[in-house]
Amino acid sequence: MPRSGVDIRVQRETFDAGAELNRFLARNPTSGGVASFVGQMRDFRGLDRADGTPLTAMTLEHYPGMAERQLADVVTEAQTRWATDDVLVIHRYGDFAPGDPIVLVIAAAAHRGPAFDACSFIMDWLKTKAPFWKQERGPDGSTTWVEARDSDDARAEKWDKR
Amino acid sequence: MNVLYFAWVKEKVGISEETVTPPADVTTVAQLTTWLAARSPKHAAAFKDARLVKVAVDQVHVPPSTSIAGAREVAFFPPVTGG
Repeated sequence: MPRSGVDIRVQRETFDAGAELNRFLARNPTSGGVASFVGQMRDFRGLDRADGTPLTAMTLEHYPGMAERQLADVVTEAQTRWATDDVLVIHRYGDFAPGDPIVLVIAAAAHRGPAFDACSFIMDWLKTKAPFWKQERGPDGSTTWVEARDSDDARAEKWDKR
Repeated sequence: MNVLYFAWVKEKVGISEETVTPPADVTTVAQLTTWLAARSPKHAAAFKDARLVKVAVDQVHVPPSTSIAGAREVAFFPPVTGG
């Protein structure tokens, strides 16, 4: 099976999700299905806005070298499970304000099924494997390291049961 | 070997990186963790509940029973929260 294209970037700078998607589509003109996911910084802490507390900023720390390596391993795993034509992953680190983009995943395949699945799988697995850590800041200036969620582990593990 | 700390583990230890030479009887990640915890009160605080601290040897996630023979870089950090 030919190995599909792959573009992985770990960067401080922001990205333009629309421009990235357009470039991705331009280089994959014959892929029948292209799925994308954009993760942005929320303006609250908690599961939903009504019960949450406001956030004003966030810092994402990462482990240089291992971050790129783990993302590459996750994408390789996706490529062995689904016949993708091309995959792009951008994950940022540094300082964020609510609304800032954090992560972008795009997957192209011949049909929508593998495109959706590869995109979803890459997000679920990177949440539990890629070495990034979020520290949130509230309106009073207090900072809190975000705790890993059991629900993220469950989402990552569900791919093993398929 | 080079030891790296990230996120709240780094804050508790008070440094992001140090070079250490563990004794020969320290052969696994779990033993290295115990040995590092004895280096200072700050190290002890960071490793107080070792189950909360994850480990990578040469940039690969590993369980505590893993051998550190030949390891160049060992990193300690909380469960990851990116994405």
